[in-house]
Amino acid sequence: MIKLIVDGKEIEVPPEYTLMQACEAAGAEIPRFCYHERLSIAGNCRMCLVEVKGTPKPVASCAWGVRDCRPGPKGEPPEISTRSPMVKKAREGVMEFLLINHPLDCPICDQGGECDLQDQAMGYGADTSRFAENKRAVEDKYLGVLVKTSMNRCIQCTRCVRFASEICGVPEMGLTGRGEDVEITTYLESALTSELQGNLVDICPVGALTSKPYAFAARPWELGKTQSIDVMDAVGSAIRVDTRGREVMRILPRVNEAVNEEWISDKTRHIVDGLRTQRLDRPYVRENGKLRAATWSEAFAAIAAKLKDVKGERIGAIAGDLAAVEDMFALQDLMTRLGSANLATETTHAFDPSLGRASYIFNPTIAGIEQADALLIIGCNPRKEAAVLNARIRKRWRTGQMKIAVIGDHAELTYKYDYLGAGVDTLSELAAGKQSFADVLKGAKNPIVLVGAGVTARSDGAALLAMAAKLATDIGAIKDGWNGFAVLHSAASSVGALDIGFVPGEGGLTAAQMVGEGALDVMFSLGADEIKLPADAFVVYIGTHGDRGAHRADVILPGAAYTEKSGIYVNTEGRVQIAGRAAFPPGEAREDWAIIRALSDALGATLPYDSLVALRKALTEKVPHLLRIDQIEPADPAALAALARRGGGAIGKAPLLSPIGDFYLTNPIARASAVMAECSRVASGQILTAAE
Amino acid sequence: MRVTAAARSLLLTEFVSAFFLAMRYFFKAKPTINYPFEKNPISPRFRGEHALRRYPNGEERCIACKLCEAVCPAQAITIEAGPRRNDGTRRTVRYDIDMVKCIYCGLCQEACPVDAIVEGPNFEFATETREELYYDKAKLLANGDRWERELAKSIELDAPYR
Repeated sequence: MIKLIVDGKEIEVPPEYTLMQACEAAGAEIPRFCYHERLSIAGNCRMCLVEVKGTPKPVASCAWGVRDCRPGPKGEPPEISTRSPMVKKAREGVMEFLLINHPLDCPICDQGGECDLQDQAMGYGADTSRFAENKRAVEDKYLGVLVKTSMNRCIQCTRCVRFASEICGVPEMGLTGRGEDVEITTYLESALTSELQGNLVDICPVGALTSKPYAFAARPWELGKTQSIDVMDAVGSAIRVDTRGREVMRILPRVNEAVNEEWISDKTRHIVDGLRTQRLDRPYVRENGKLRAATWSEAFAAIAAKLKDVKGERIGAIAGDLAAVEDMFALQDLMTRLGSANLATETTHAFDPSLGRASYIFNPTIAGIEQADALLIIGCNPRKEAAVLNARIRKRWRTGQMKIAVIGDHAELTYKYDYLGAGVDTLSELAAGKQSFADVLKGAKNPIVLVGAGVTARSDGAALLAMAAKLATDIGAIKDGWNGFAVLHSAASSVGALDIGFVPGEGGLTAAQMVGEGALDVMFSLGADEIKLPADAFVVYIGTHGDRGAHRADVILPGAAYTEKSGIYVNTEGRVQIAGRAAFPPGEAREDWAIIRALSDALGATLPYDSLVALRKALTEKVPHLLRIDQIEPADPAALAALARRGGGAIGKAPLLSPIGDFYLTNPIARASAVMAECSRVASGQILTAAE
Repeated sequence: MRVTAAARSLLLTEFVSAFFLAMRYFFKAKPTINYPFEKNPISPRFRGEHALRRYPNGEERCIACKLCEAVCPAQAITIEAGPRRNDGTRRTVRYDIDMVKCIYCGLCQEACPVDAIVEGPNFEFATETREELYYDKAKLLANGDRWERELAKSIELDAPYR
């Protein structure tokens, strides 16, 4: 620990601290533009100047270590001042220089109201400018369909350059020229290829990089802010949903060190327009082969008439990727009352929750990746399945302390890895110790075996999963204080469904069996849009968008999207998170649990809860750990031994490829979004990616 | 005392003085005017009916910064912004003022960075129905076109004091 005096206050800080961190620890506020906690230090904006006693000039506190401060002549601790007249004058001077070339276009700038430069010019700048000459002009650059540029406003902090090359892992941005000719550019004027590029807008301290789809849409002071959870992937990133009136205007990340740090993927952020289009806003009933708009009572009557003579085992329910735990719980309850054990989700057929929770969650935790020293990725493309988690892997890889190998897709993952092979054979070879990476895994202190959708989506997923669990046990990935068996789910509903036991019950059919011809008479689909529903069953679709599921449905009951209901989601780590309601469902649409409750009444199997509170009470009585929000219920690793022992079934020879073809179009909301469609076209090369 | 009082009433002094008072006002210039054919002069700072101004080349001044909407204490202004179709610059898609809510405080014109929304000299905009007082962008721009000469003049006259 090093002793310092900051503004007359004596503090002790660790020697690796910078002066800025030390000043903040002492409670002083330091203005900054180029410094960002999660990026490397550049020290080029000069806004963070402080006075260190004994130095002739003010020093940039972000780039000055506390180790570098010299003690006074009698050995007294170094004195730092953040409020002296010298500092005030230095900051005013820096601010005046920054504003020389910054246009006075705050009224038309989208950053207005949440701009660091605006705020700090008010706080630390002088009141007038002495610059009467012409300002410089810089041509705007093309960065793709998500980021809009206005390069006159750029103050060359290079945060975007560092973000693109360090966090995204796509070194596509740079700074060219010197002095007044300096410019941020993509060199080739081509679209960025990162799934995290939306975060550029957040880290830009001025309005040089703004969101293209959100351009001019709203001012920050008009927006209501709701804390929520993302459902685009199973990571469960913390988000803030900004609404104006009844309309969701934008989605921003919240800081959650354990999950998403402060990044979110582009799909999470720019899904917003998908929440407005293609919405189901009233019930529909199919008559003579055509869907007809109906009232709720007509729709319920149609379902009740159909269900009258149907036996329990001829009824089934499939939950989709975006379902909240409460909705699935209510549906499960209803199915039990109707005498059916046919429950399944689209993505969890490979798992058996009766073995124990450790067999289906991301045991090492996402933050735990930063302790790992070897990572084996099996049948997973983390960049597409969970872009934010991929950034965490890259963060660890950049420290040089983690070796990575992949079995499955040979994809560009933004970090270097040993490609072992695509097939099951490679996995068996590795398990037998024939691959050199097996020694790396065995020698590692904290190895992780990451299993993705390329394994769990396959029909022989259960056997493959057991094989991976056995491998993890054999290499010593499961020991005291460390469980390296990590399942990366592809859907937000997966772990929640497994936690409440939304799986085929005693004698129940799996999802694959349910969708077979002639298996069922009535099928309830809770937003199941990825699976092909049977042609001969009577399908009741509870969902939000006119997507695949709704096209096939016989009765459509319009539900609420994730921003329109409060719901519990369990992420791939098993972390229970609660999403707040930001808006209301459109038209006659209702919250899904309420639809199921009303339907149960019409079917004569009334569910015993009239409010969301009562439902949650019933839910948490059955599954108590869902009460512990933002926590991970410790999972017993014995489940993995059981899973490894169970083995199970024949394993096919097909390669372990990730089933996610198009990152941008994985769910009904994304498929309704024009922005996502454009991103998808750019990514697949269907439209030009350069500004020609 | 009695004698004086008697003399006063006998000589009708109060009557006479009242007569002269009436005569004085009879020949004095009249303060009343023959409204609506005559009108009093008003200050260049007069805050009357709103108008959206244009630049001399016909371009709308308003850039949809929404500062007037933010500052309006009665929340009478509603704005929606969007990129203009031909050049993508920031413009209003919708600019509504509820003249019934408006309290004519003039904060909107103080907030405007481009002198687009102004309160003009017109105060004769009474209507027969309430709906006619919900002004939209077309109405405000039409006001601006109609009153531009007066608006420019009052801004010019008031400029030295700003």
